[in-house]
Amino acid sequence: MEREWLFEEDHRAYRETVRRWIARELAPYADEWEAAEEFPMDLYRKAGEIGFFAGGLPEEYGGVGGDFRYKIVNAEELVGCRSGGVAAGLGLHDTIALPPISRFGTDEQKERYLVPGIQGKKIGALAVTEPNAGSDVGGIRTRAVREGDEYVIDGSKTFITNGVRADFYIVACVTDPGKKVHGISQILVDKGTPGFTVTRKLHKLGWRASDTGELAFENVRVPATNLLGTENRGFYQIMEGFQEERLLMAAGSTAAAQHCFDITLEYAKGREAFGRPIGSFQVTRHKFADMLTWIEAARRLVYHTIWLHINGHECNKEVAMCKIFACEKAVEVADMCIQIHGGYGYMMEYEVQRIWRDQRIQPIGGGTTEIQKEIIGKLLGL
Amino acid sequence: MDILVCMKQVPDTETKIVINPEGTGIVTDGIKYVMNPYDEFAVEEALKIKEKMGGTVTIVSMGPQRATEAIRTALAMGADKGVHLCDDAFEGADSYSTAKALAAAIKPLSYDIILGGKQAVDHDNAQVYAALAELLDISHVSIVTQLDVAEDGKSAVAQREVEGGAREVIEVSLPAFIACQKGLNEPRYASLPGIMKAKKKPIDVIDLAKSGLSADEVGEKGAKLKIRKFFLPPEREAGKILEGEPEELATQLVKLLREEAKAI
Ligand SMILES: Cc1cc2nc3c(=O)[nH]c(=O)nc-3n(C[C@H](O)[C@H](O)[C@H](O)COP(=O)(O)OP(=O)(O)OC[C@H]3O[C@@H](n4cnc5c(N)ncnc54)[C@H](O)[C@@H]3O)c2cc1C
Ligand SMILES: Cc1cc2nc3c(=O)[nH]c(=O)nc-3n(C[C@H](O)[C@H](O)[C@H](O)COP(=O)(O)OP(=O)(O)OC[C@H]3O[C@@H](n4cnc5c(N)ncnc54)[C@H](O)[C@@H]3O)c2cc1C
Repeated sequence: MEREWLFEEDHRAYRETVRRWIARELAPYADEWEAAEEFPMDLYRKAGEIGFFAGGLPEEYGGVGGDFRYKIVNAEELVGCRSGGVAAGLGLHDTIALPPISRFGTDEQKERYLVPGIQGKKIGALAVTEPNAGSDVGGIRTRAVREGDEYVIDGSKTFITNGVRADFYIVACVTDPGKKVHGISQILVDKGTPGFTVTRKLHKLGWRASDTGELAFENVRVPATNLLGTENRGFYQIMEGFQEERLLMAAGSTAAAQHCFDITLEYAKGREAFGRPIGSFQVTRHKFADMLTWIEAARRLVYHTIWLHINGHECNKEVAMCKIFACEKAVEVADMCIQIHGGYGYMMEYEVQRIWRDQRIQPIGGGTTEIQKEIIGKLLGL
Repeated sequence: MDILVCMKQVPDTETKIVINPEGTGIVTDGIKYVMNPYDEFAVEEALKIKEKMGGTVTIVSMGPQRATEAIRTALAMGADKGVHLCDDAFEGADSYSTAKALAAAIKPLSYDIILGGKQAVDHDNAQVYAALAELLDISHVSIVTQLDVAEDGKSAVAQREVEGGAREVIEVSLPAFIACQKGLNEPRYASLPGIMKAKKKPIDVIDLAKSGLSADEVGEKGAKLKIRKFFLPPEREAGKILEGEPEELATQLVKLLREEAKAI
């Protein structure tokens, strides 16, 4: 680990804890949870006990301060749990639900959501995507109308991670119609609020153990104090969160690619065809050389960009590059690893197929590869 | 209760041990060190006693500079302070000279009970606690899988594992040394807030001078035994598969068993 310049002593000590915790408490049960398309809710509470959600969040509310490198450690180590679904379930509460509360919440909101959120006693979901608006965040239709001291919300959301089991939802709503990205606000909605229902649990190619929900809002009334941050600044608040989310996804994908590489290397050394280990065929060796080059390049780009970000440098292009390169390459690596495994790579008992399924979302979620390229293109003045 | 825990930092149990070419030790490059797994049970038990009865938990460890990491881990789990016997003179110790140094560090401290692992998984000697108890003139109970400290803190009832899965129940007056075995408890993790708090907890470093011992009482010089050589068991050779008719096979097998394996 000392080879890694990005992390400090506290991160290293913490990494030991998470790694052990994941190896002992999560990995042995991952297959079971993947098959059940669910993991036990008390994992959140147990994660809370080791301070899993505490990194980078303020001490007054039960965090430990510091920057989001603790969350990078989580994203990297979660690969060891052998389930992209568990990683997503714990990870997205950690990385997309809690940080906006910390960044934009009032004291009262922080007491209500951040404190129990860090303890793993209340779970959050970030609800942006709608059936008719994914990449085009400005095209969402869920409407929040101010009536006296309340917002009245009508609309629907889909693909929401932790959407079925969350306790609170940060819902992106149109508060100033016609203004597109300048008319969106984030509003907190508690589970059980009348008119708010989970209409469906979705079944997925990967991230099997995570719950992904479809939500409906019909005349849902919440106090105006549930507004998160500033009215009509929701889009920009979401974009601010995306910076770190994309870096976390890129770091997680890089770690997953490395893990996939490691197990495949072992396999290629042991498996023989035509009287030789398959790894000794030049075509296979070259695949390994390519994969390792991509993984190392991805890690360097990601770590460098994290450094830029935590030191306050503008790095929108680099973040988009990380998201594109690390996430695309992880899928490519997983695909190659399946190829190297031959028929075994296609079998459910081999981990490479799961990594491939779990990684396939990475170039889609959190802003697609194409959208990242659009961001870079715009920043180039094209 | 003033609770002490003797703890050692050892190579991670997943380490692939490589012996150095001279056969005098293992290659330490790239080894990851962790808290001895049996000592984790001791730390956990100490914290549980503290939670129930109040008091302080002090970690006592002998080892090179790097051992502070393991002490910090114990502090992050919730122990209050550390005592680190750290000096080149302590290097190369056997069980006896280790016990000697630990005893010197422990004597000035106030203690009601001392816990430790039943053995360190590096040399697997399982002797330090007995020697230490002797030097401190207290009792010890080994391979403990259940421990109940009396409310007045003056005695404890310990269950220990004996052959055949049987249990022995021992009542012991305190202070005593309790050598902990797997099954005693489920050690907690060093939480992130715990790691941050641990940074502010004191670790008292004791060098040779501070220990009050002389150089020839400790470390390699003070050791009663000298390790002459390290070697790994020979690698198993591939098996032989005989082919042919049953009568031929039997003859070949008997021949091999007699001449090569020298088994008959
Ligand atoms: C498992 C999973 C979990 C998710 N979790 C969450 C969550 O917790 N919260 C949440 O809000 N959302 C979540 N999402 C939604 C995710 O963010 C969206 O799927 C993603 O943003 C893409 O939107 P879309 O699916 O509507 O695709 P679309 O926007 O319909 O895109 C379809 C294709 O068109 C391309 N495209 C779109 N616009 C352009 C353009 N301008 N130029 C070029 N190409 C373009 C896209 O790149 C893509 O290839 C999740 C999705 C999945 C699958
Ligand atoms: C769903 C499924 C259905 C199947 N159905 C049938 C069936 O009905 N009947 C049947 O008989 N079989 C069947 N198979 C087996 C299939 O034909 C084999 O999986 C395939 O031939 C590859 O063999 P393998 O899996 O042993 O991989 P391996 O031979 O171990 O190959 C592993 C990797 O090494 C590479 N490699 C091997 N040799 C060389 C070389 N000389 N040079 C370079 N690279 C090399 C391969 O290209 C591959 O990437 C099925 C497999 C699957 C997954």
